Amino acid sequence: MGYNPQKPMEGRISDLGPPHYEKFFPPVIKANKGKWLWHEITQPGVLMHKSETGDEVYSIRVGSPRLVSVEYIREVCDIADKHCDGFLRFTTRNNIEFMVDSRAKVQPLLDTLASYGNKYPVGGTGAGVTNIVHTQGWVHCHTPATDASGVVKAVMDELFDYFTSMTLPAQVRIALACCLNMCGAVHASDIAILGIHRKPPMIDNKRISGVCELPLAIASCPLGAVKPAKAIVDGVEIKSVKVTVERCMFCGNCYTMCPAMPLADPEGDGIAILVGGKVSNRISAPKFSKLVIPFLPNTTPRWPETVAAVKKILVAYAADARKYERIGEWAERIGWEKFFEKCDIPFTEKSIDDYRLAYDTWRTTTQFKFTSHIK
Amino acid sequence: MAKRETPLLDQLESGPWPSFVTDIKRQAETKPECWDILGILELSYKERITHWKHGGIVGVFGYGGGIVGRYADVPELFPGVEHFHTVRVAQPASKYYTSANLRQLMALWEKYGSGMTNFHGSTGDIILLGTRTENLEPFFWDLTHDMGQDLGGSGSNLRTPANCIGESRCEWSCYDTEDVCHSLTLHYQDEIHRPAFPYKFKFKFSGCPNDCVASIARSDISVIGTWRDAIRIDQAAVKEYVAGNYPANGGAHSGRNWGKFDINKEVIDLCPTECMWMEGAELKIDEKECTRCMHCINVMPRALRPGLDKGASICVGAKAPILDGAQFATLIVPFIKVSKDNDFEELIEFIEKVWDWWMEVGKNRERVGETMQRVGLPTFLSVMGIEPIPQHVKEPRSNPYIFWREEEVEGGFARDIDEFRAKHKA
Repeated sequence: MGYNPQKPMEGRISDLGPPHYEKFFPPVIKANKGKWLWHEITQPGVLMHKSETGDEVYSIRVGSPRLVSVEYIREVCDIADKHCDGFLRFTTRNNIEFMVDSRAKVQPLLDTLASYGNKYPVGGTGAGVTNIVHTQGWVHCHTPATDASGVVKAVMDELFDYFTSMTLPAQVRIALACCLNMCGAVHASDIAILGIHRKPPMIDNKRISGVCELPLAIASCPLGAVKPAKAIVDGVEIKSVKVTVERCMFCGNCYTMCPAMPLADPEGDGIAILVGGKVSNRISAPKFSKLVIPFLPNTTPRWPETVAAVKKILVAYAADARKYERIGEWAERIGWEKFFEKCDIPFTEKSIDDYRLAYDTWRTTTQFKFTSHIK
Repeated sequence: MAKRETPLLDQLESGPWPSFVTDIKRQAETKPECWDILGILELSYKERITHWKHGGIVGVFGYGGGIVGRYADVPELFPGVEHFHTVRVAQPASKYYTSANLRQLMALWEKYGSGMTNFHGSTGDIILLGTRTENLEPFFWDLTHDMGQDLGGSGSNLRTPANCIGESRCEWSCYDTEDVCHSLTLHYQDEIHRPAFPYKFKFKFSGCPNDCVASIARSDISVIGTWRDAIRIDQAAVKEYVAGNYPANGGAHSGRNWGKFDINKEVIDLCPTECMWMEGAELKIDEKECTRCMHCINVMPRALRPGLDKGASICVGAKAPILDGAQFATLIVPFIKVSKDNDFEELIEFIEKVWDWWMEVGKNRERVGETMQRVGLPTFLSVMGIEPIPQHVKEPRSNPYIFWREEEVEGGFARDIDEFRAKHKA
């Protein structure tokens, strides 16, 4: 019974893969897969899908902090047991969906959710702000330049009304990645909150010989800023590396390869804001997010500068964009110079690309608008 | 483990969005090591820097992925999180669950882990956050034996594939994303669990060009549903939209008064190919000009549906910015039928052709999109045995620097300089 450390390979089972999804389908989903005709958001957070069989499924979408406890999941299971015959699902944006098979079952479920106070906010549908996809941050990661869960909590507190309503010109997808590795793939989000470093790595010569393969550390730098060097440790010459500081773009790839090159720093680290990305092929092709605010400090515990910046962009967009227009489409229509003006964001050299293929983003036309930037 | 004072984190307990701090505190009542999660996080909030060490290779026998090693750099202060390894558990397609299944998994995690989780990680796995090395094998034993479940991927291997909700609850899905995702995940268990690649490799399956699983932005092989015949039109429903009886975009804009629905302004004029028009009360679409962007279908879901000749486009090579900048996946196969009838044979053949080539020429830590960029799209297409077509590019190149091959040029490259000089004095 159970794992026997004396005979670790005995009775071992491996390569099972995930359980078959059909086991977890609510009956109404199982009966109507491939037969859905259309859907409608009947109120913020409530989707109704209509099948050609006449069946309906109502999905109630609830925001979660993603970082959740065993007790939290058990409570979510209690709700599913009470209202959904024990079935539930999660979305790709960390929302929970409780599904019921008739309109009459919606309100009792909403009442139960409301009875937990602010724990299970219903929303995240249509032309609003849905949950923020994010990374681990200081709660678990070794390379972050900011926290994740805390920043998300602070931003969502401020944007809460946009989660529970559908008043924006289109959906706004916000994402947070706590360093440039971007586990959260924020590079195609309407608003991206990105942790960045601003100090070059330190070299831990006392440890480098034991933990680091120098050729890999040297090869890891995309700009050739990491070079072989000699160092003296306890009077003995060792092989090490040095960093050409003026070439460093603070990507942190060297630290990923070499634990003896840490670069995180309380003053150096913070947040950059990028906007205008999208993934969908709707109307215009997928777009990358563009860097509009190069640095905001890690002001714990509620990141007021970041919260204010995101809110300001969202409010300007809500007031000015046309129906169906995503933030990136709006910025391209009015022109990026107008974007900076309307959002009241100072334009700096940091928003001008000087990395590879930078020339693609420089303006090579005489078409521009006379905004306040032209003195 | 003693209760920790967390004056900074306590400030994240107020406000309307659910608080992870409140949740961790409640879990700490039965799992006191959660106080050390809060303690080490509070220290990070105070000092504004992480307190997790770099790396630490741990795992279960026979697997090279699925567990991410993590150690605190201040274990003397927070012994409860001295080891804090992450366990990735492969999620079922579309992330449907039963409460019975989740309760069983939670009981295991209460026994072997910290009591904290992520539902879910960015790639799609269930993330069980924080356990000690000695718990890994017993946990894995119970996970496989008692639950019949398994770990997901990490490191330089195939990461746990993910899919959009697909046909199970969406009318737009052009193939069964759940079936493909599940079938290929089982087919490639070895590639998921035993790293043999130059770097990570991701598949993601979206049922339509709305791409709800963001496959075109973050997967090495992105399979996006599409169709090659006409959008199906229900003219009676079009009239209902025009009359304002059906809400536009499935009611997604109902929180603001945008005025009466205007099919010209909201649909026809926004069509990127201008392939739609009204003839009297009938909506017409020139399907040969349509690029299937989904806008008209999104706006009028009760009137318009994707065609019947459905399949998928395959795009290759997306990644986040590290190192040479972000890349979207490039369209390689415009249309492929995705069918279980032949066990997704064509898709599998495509995937393995990419792998065979990338495993040979890809450099250490080079995503396949970077390898494609390094060798050039024409070379990649030739390796794949795919005829170059205009659909592979946004526009033709604007520089004349063609890598002509010797066999393409009459007489080849070899020439005699003396012969040349006999006619052309230096």
